[in-house]
Amino acid sequence: MAQSLMLSLRGLTRRFGGLTAVDAIDLDLAKGELVSIIGPNGAGKTTLFNLVTGLDRPDDGTVHFEGQDVTGLSPERLAAEGIARTFQLGRVFGNLSVMDNVLIGAHTRLRAVKPAVPVIGPLLELGLALLRPASVKAEEERLREEVKAILARFGERLLPRIDQPAYSLSYANRRRVEIARALALKPRLLLLDEPTAGMNPTETAEMQGLVAELKAEGLTILLIEHKLEMVMRLSDRVIVMDEGKKIAEGPGEQVRGDPKVIEAYLGHGLATERESAA
Amino acid sequence: MSSWLDYTINGLIVGNVYALVAVGLALIFGVSRLINFAQGSIYLVGAYIGWVAVVQLHTPLPLTIIVVAVAAAIVGLIIERFGLRPLQNSVRIAPLLATIGISFVLDQLVMLTFSPNPRALPSQLPDVRFQLGGGTIGPLDLLIAGVGLTSALLLFVFLRYSKLGWAVRAASQDRDAAMQMGVDVNRVNQAVFGIAAALGGVSGMLVGMYYNQIDTAMSLQATLKGVVAEVVGGAGNVPGAVIGSLLLGLVESYGVAVFGTSYRNLFAFLLLVVVLVLRPNGLFASARQAPPEPLTGTFIAPSRPVRIPRWALAVAAGGFAVLPLFPVSFYVLQTLINAWLLGMLALSLTLVAGTIGQVSLGHAALLAIGAYTSALLSLTFSVPAGLAIIGGGLMSAALGTALISPSFRLRGHYVSIATLAIGEIVSLVILNWEGVTRGPIGISGIPPLSLFGYDLISPTSIYWFSFAVMVVLALLQGRLLTSHLGRSFRAIRDDDVAARAYGLSLNRYKSLAFIFGGFAAGVSGGIAAHLYSYINHETFNTQQSILALTVVILGGLGNVVGAIVGSVALVGLPEVFRIAAEYRILIYGIVLLLLVRFRPQGLLGTI
Repeated sequence: MAQSLMLSLRGLTRRFGGLTAVDAIDLDLAKGELVSIIGPNGAGKTTLFNLVTGLDRPDDGTVHFEGQDVTGLSPERLAAEGIARTFQLGRVFGNLSVMDNVLIGAHTRLRAVKPAVPVIGPLLELGLALLRPASVKAEEERLREEVKAILARFGERLLPRIDQPAYSLSYANRRRVEIARALALKPRLLLLDEPTAGMNPTETAEMQGLVAELKAEGLTILLIEHKLEMVMRLSDRVIVMDEGKKIAEGPGEQVRGDPKVIEAYLGHGLATERESAA
Repeated sequence: MSSWLDYTINGLIVGNVYALVAVGLALIFGVSRLINFAQGSIYLVGAYIGWVAVVQLHTPLPLTIIVVAVAAAIVGLIIERFGLRPLQNSVRIAPLLATIGISFVLDQLVMLTFSPNPRALPSQLPDVRFQLGGGTIGPLDLLIAGVGLTSALLLFVFLRYSKLGWAVRAASQDRDAAMQMGVDVNRVNQAVFGIAAALGGVSGMLVGMYYNQIDTAMSLQATLKGVVAEVVGGAGNVPGAVIGSLLLGLVESYGVAVFGTSYRNLFAFLLLVVVLVLRPNGLFASARQAPPEPLTGTFIAPSRPVRIPRWALAVAAGGFAVLPLFPVSFYVLQTLINAWLLGMLALSLTLVAGTIGQVSLGHAALLAIGAYTSALLSLTFSVPAGLAIIGGGLMSAALGTALISPSFRLRGHYVSIATLAIGEIVSLVILNWEGVTRGPIGISGIPPLSLFGYDLISPTSIYWFSFAVMVVLALLQGRLLTSHLGRSFRAIRDDDVAARAYGLSLNRYKSLAFIFGGFAAGVSGGIAAHLYSYINHETFNTQQSILALTVVILGGLGNVVGAIVGSVALVGLPEVFRIAAEYRILIYGIVLLLLVRFRPQGLLGTI
């Protein structure tokens, strides 16, 4: 069991002044599992993502990735370990083309141009980038082909726009570029922060299909999502957070019926309304 | 021991003056998240208005203070209304560049009106000293302390108890929320700029009286000191700015006591760099927090670069290459040589400021390092000029990158402050390290350019040499931009958080950008040293940094061809129109302002 654990959080805590944004969270994610984190706005879901991906440091607790303690490592290191994420509000590189955006995702996989030599490695990288021997060209070419293959997963949404700067894309397309960028890292763990935010029902269904595909391919995924239907369909397990704490965990249907969850997630009034409607 | 008390009093008095500047900066930063690089210019204007009032109009002291405060406030309001308000919905880099442009325009206007020569500003107070413990204190010291305390008190009452003061505080906590609650943010901005300018102007006048001298160099110094004090206290933190100012005053005063006057500024800038490295949010910052997620591409203006076909570039390059074969005057060649030298600097800056988004205001320091290295190599070790210039480029790349590396963790405006300070540090070290740099005397008798044993003395050969070097650097940079490094640099510029999340180390790639850019700038400085045959610590100054920045904005951030087109335009057009030298900086400033307002992506577009 222990070696098949992809991600393991113990007592993870982050405080901002008097507010405890993430409060002693325990979480285990097995290889190939898709776990969703739900909870009202401000519950600490994104902060939890930031702690796992190294963009923020926990005040307490540990993060283990594939059995290794990775608590407090830099985001660069964690990306190199195979953790990729998307951002809640979308963080594409606005002035880069779709192709370049996704190629950045493959950055940690550059080998020929980025030799792992200590001290003079960066200078070699500069030299190789300028000289571009055959191996470097071949690597770049291979990655470009890979990017096209990844973009093809989004049908005709991104491929025709491959050379357009990201700032010119629609909101939904920017979200897609972010996911394509994450896939280009060939992640072992993928964290998706509200991938369908701002998408219409058709686009949401498309995205849901894609996430289901990724799961079927064996990718381990941690998903933050507000659209409960998608959460219920995709998740092996659901974790509910409220005010930084984990208040429920289990299969979707079980969590859905939990009165604590209904209260936290929908509020008192809505909860009773919804029960009577159902 | 008594002298220590004197130094303490002096430090606190000077700190009080800095506080008047820093509080204004903090107020503006609080409301607009903008570091106002024009604050020192208002201080300068205040000093000269004070001079007019005292020397020409013979106003009594209280009236002088009021006249200066009101006039400076009006200048502040004009800056806010016409310089910054139109940029409210613009990209983040725009107001930063605008205040830099405004500062140059104001400084030049003062210089053109009053001439650059220093003037005496008499203090209007009796020249007596009172014994205080072991030290002495004069009426002017008391006046400065009094003005400092009174303004602090008035400001406190204003912010705390007046309705507009509430609005200012609300807007500085959350601008959008304040707007939604009906706060007129434009009025708040006006109030803040008016107050900041009044404080800055009075401060300039008091300093002029304190040293009984005013000159146009005061402006940049005041901006730097005010910014140092503000950043030390925590940007946007008004009480922090006061404490930061007093601390800065004391550090300088004690530093001068121990090491001598010429080290005064060195301590100020070292304090800044130390604070930026250890506590980039200031000494009194609240808990660390992640930066808010940006919308896409908000630092620089998004644009599609103008595509120029390769054959057109080749034809243009060929045309300039064969130009000396035609009967053109030496004057034209000389002008173009200057353009090529500036072009190399602009290539460097467009990579650093445009491609990777580190708007450097101290880029002339890289020229200086290259020039001194090359000059000393050829003079002391008889290295041939060609090799010495490459040595200058390498030294600039290495030393420049090492010096700038503490600022790699910083973003946006902070990078500009840090580079400005580091540029000043380099020039102060050159001035003070007499054993190596020959100090204020400078280096003379630098051998002329040479290549493979042949001296390049004729303008034609110098023209070809500098043009060829620039073209090679431009081609290399173009190649760099199409590599994975080009996209990595641009990704870091657009969103450094997302870049890190995808494995891009900021230190590594910012270093590489500065290494590459430092080399180009160092080579430019090296060539210049051999051309001029004499250099000193003032040969490469902030004006060149600003000129290069204007070139880069004109050409389009990150745009290689744009950097060269911009250089030719800004060096050539003033010659074509025979504009007198003293008006040029003014024109550069105005060009910068107009570009930021009407074509932020430059002529050829951002890459």
